[in-house]
Amino acid sequence: MANDKYETHEYDVIVIGAGGAGLRAAIEASAAGVKTALICKSLLGKAHTVMAEGGIAAALRNVYQEDNWKVHFRDTMRGGKMLNNWRMAQLHAQEAPDRVLELEEWGALFDRTKDGRILQRDFGGHRYARLAHVGDRTGLEMIRTLQQHAVHKGIDVYMECNIQRLLKDGDRVCGAFGYWRESGKFVTFKSKATVLATGGVGKAWKFTSNSWEYTGDGTTLAADAGADLIDMEMIQFHPTGMVWPNSVRGILVTEGVRGDGGTLRNSEGERFMFNYITDYFRAETAETEEEADAWYEDKTNNRRTPDLLPRDEVARAINAEVKAGRGSPHGGVLLDIASRRSAEYIARRLPSMHHQFKELADVDITKEPMEVGPTCHYIMGGVRVEADTAATTVPGLYAAGEVAAGLHGANRLGGNSLSDLLVFGRRAGLYAAQYAQDLEGHPSPATDQIEQCAQELLAPFNNDGGENPYSVHMALQDCMQNLVGIIRAESELKKAQTEIASLKERLARVTVEGHRQYNPGWNLALDLQSLLTVAEATTMGALERKESRGGHTREDHPGPDPDKYGKINLVLRRKDGEFSLSAEPLPEMPDDLKELFEEGR
Amino acid sequence: MASEFTMRVWRGDLSGGEFKDYRVEAQEGMVVLDVIHTIQATQAPDLAVRWNCKAGKCGSCSAEINGKPRLLCMTRMNLFEPGETITISPIKTFPLLRDLVTDVSFNYEKAKKIPALKLKAKEADGTRRMYQDDVDRVQEFHKCIECFLCQDVCHVIRDHEDNKPEFAGPRSFVRLASLEMHPLDEEDRREFLKGDAGLGYCNITKCCTEVCPEGIHITDNAIIPLKERVVDAYYDPVVWLMNKLTGK
Ligand code: SF4
Ligand code: SF4
Ligand code: FES
Repeated sequence: MANDKYETHEYDVIVIGAGGAGLRAAIEASAAGVKTALICKSLLGKAHTVMAEGGIAAALRNVYQEDNWKVHFRDTMRGGKMLNNWRMAQLHAQEAPDRVLELEEWGALFDRTKDGRILQRDFGGHRYARLAHVGDRTGLEMIRTLQQHAVHKGIDVYMECNIQRLLKDGDRVCGAFGYWRESGKFVTFKSKATVLATGGVGKAWKFTSNSWEYTGDGTTLAADAGADLIDMEMIQFHPTGMVWPNSVRGILVTEGVRGDGGTLRNSEGERFMFNYITDYFRAETAETEEEADAWYEDKTNNRRTPDLLPRDEVARAINAEVKAGRGSPHGGVLLDIASRRSAEYIARRLPSMHHQFKELADVDITKEPMEVGPTCHYIMGGVRVEADTAATTVPGLYAAGEVAAGLHGANRLGGNSLSDLLVFGRRAGLYAAQYAQDLEGHPSPATDQIEQCAQELLAPFNNDGGENPYSVHMALQDCMQNLVGIIRAESELKKAQTEIASLKERLARVTVEGHRQYNPGWNLALDLQSLLTVAEATTMGALERKESRGGHTREDHPGPDPDKYGKINLVLRRKDGEFSLSAEPLPEMPDDLKELFEEGR
Repeated sequence: MASEFTMRVWRGDLSGGEFKDYRVEAQEGMVVLDVIHTIQATQAPDLAVRWNCKAGKCGSCSAEINGKPRLLCMTRMNLFEPGETITISPIKTFPLLRDLVTDVSFNYEKAKKIPALKLKAKEADGTRRMYQDDVDRVQEFHKCIECFLCQDVCHVIRDHEDNKPEFAGPRSFVRLASLEMHPLDEEDRREFLKGDAGLGYCNITKCCTEVCPEGIHITDNAIIPLKERVVDAYYDPVVWLMNKLTGK
């Protein structure tokens, strides 16, 4: 067989991506007794999960007895503007506590309550203090714990191995094809089941909290394999990214700053969030500064500070303040914790923010306010999955974590991402393993499929178009930042479509220099394929959804449209490189859960 | 304000290479990694460098800047005088792959051998209880971002390739200390520390502590207590057990 030409490995289950979701999936699949491989683009333990700061949302009830899965479920759905897949939101809220406790069994050391249990902190959109955390480096704790557990379980890990195509046998996914970054050589994985856990798409925007890996690989792999994508227009701009110096613009400033008492102010010193409380959240939000401040200590008799409204609300508010000329010197707003909490408290609760601002911006956050503004952070949309099993619409293909869609609806609450990775990472691993065990025989890709992939991947070396991949990437980032940002309009989105089309033409002319060994220019040229694919999908969805909801705000359609767009997912399917779009009804919530939204509070 | 610098960057692989000079403009606030990215985008598209977070949180971008082990993303350009020539080389202790990228698999291999956490039974009510005072010191070790700069600087392996099989290095000691001092752990790692980990090779020069970007007190808080455990307790199981029980 000609495909012996390339290094080939055979597994029952392969997991692509080794952040929280991928690691958790691999651990589960391997525990189910199937031969499992974990494949990642970077070194193990460097995935974007490491950057998560605030915590893991789970109704553990260690701080507030009143909390339970139903309250968490309700918060998640309302935060997502009811566009969520209700069943995913239910499973997530029900299972998150067990997943957190399991991390503790595997060695994670969360901050503690006085009586020795896991401490929980406040976060935007969560009714009770709910986030298990370790200072402001919870993601690091989580990824290291999972990484070490996986290593001790002896799971095979392929590092710095970049998957570029999924392989198919008929309509089943039966493996993947990619290259080693180190040598540039190709490698084939044959598998019975494949789990995508590749994370998000943020590198298509200029100001983003995301690392270089976030190029929408999994989303594109899935779409090309025939899987449905949904709600790709739902992008979360985190309200607080660094804005200065320019070179660090976009780097995340944890919501924990506000959870621990920080407040947003405009250039006039005003706590402007009080002016942006929408009717949707009015009943549960404090109206005065006194009430907001008292809420931190006593949640029974006071309502939540508007500083901790869901992220989409806060990001829009900051955007509006800056536009109105009340921004900070470098075009953000001020985030002040220095005047509200002691230096000792800040250094203990937010050590990594303290360090980050000191080192990168010469700002001492125990003494001065931070300058912050919105940064592209997360995509709620992505690969459509079945709630219970994490199966995509293509047999043999599963997806979990940011690459999958549904749980967060139109807007994700802070802290719900780490819990998402654990809950659905585990489910994806479990059901992928079951599928592999039940499958008879070993599906196999046609040889010419592999050879065709190899030729496509080498194209940039053989091209004499002379385009520079870095320039194409920068042009794409400008386009998405300016035309498909927080506030969108039909004319701009159409312009973005034209630009993306011309960038595709430029990509076809990209030429890379040098050889295949650890060549970032070549690697970027290949990642640009997926970046352009997701940019196109997001723009298409954004153009179609003629309303404002969560992570999608249309200047020309400023309100939500509950009767039309509030009831549908926008589904994208790709055939021969072309997307088609259709609207399909949201899964219908059962009556007993619906009741949770009807009661007064 | 922009200033001009000459970046002298190592280009090459195991078969050979050389330092190449790139003239670049650094904008206000830039870190060395930004400048490396500028070189990639405009002068040397195939310049190999590892990075992920650009915020000192992932430990990918380790290199030697003017001979000092540092994170490229946390080294501000304003540390240097405008016009200065800044030398960027790959970390020395591990085999070169290409340009600024080295093969750090040594560290992953060592991690596989460390005896895993073994927790004692749960409380009668089915919970785990640990107090902030008890976890504080272990949390210091959990801050490690696995940049391996401490491994790079440690003379035991930096200058003696042949010690590598017998010495796990400061990063591993930090991990071992975190397991040993976990309030609920009951594994016995004394043999491993003395044997496979090669704790005895360390002569407490503290170079590792000096380069740790997370400010972990590697020598004082991890290595010395481990050494004490091994020495005091190796022949005295009662002392060892007391240490375990009191979390010392
Ligand atoms: S203190 Fe020990 S481990 Fe650290 S650098 Fe010196 S010899 Fe190496
Ligand atoms: S202990 Fe410090 S220097 Fe060593 S790997 Fe960890 S963070 Fe890096
Ligand atoms: S890029 Fe993550 S530490 Fe430098």
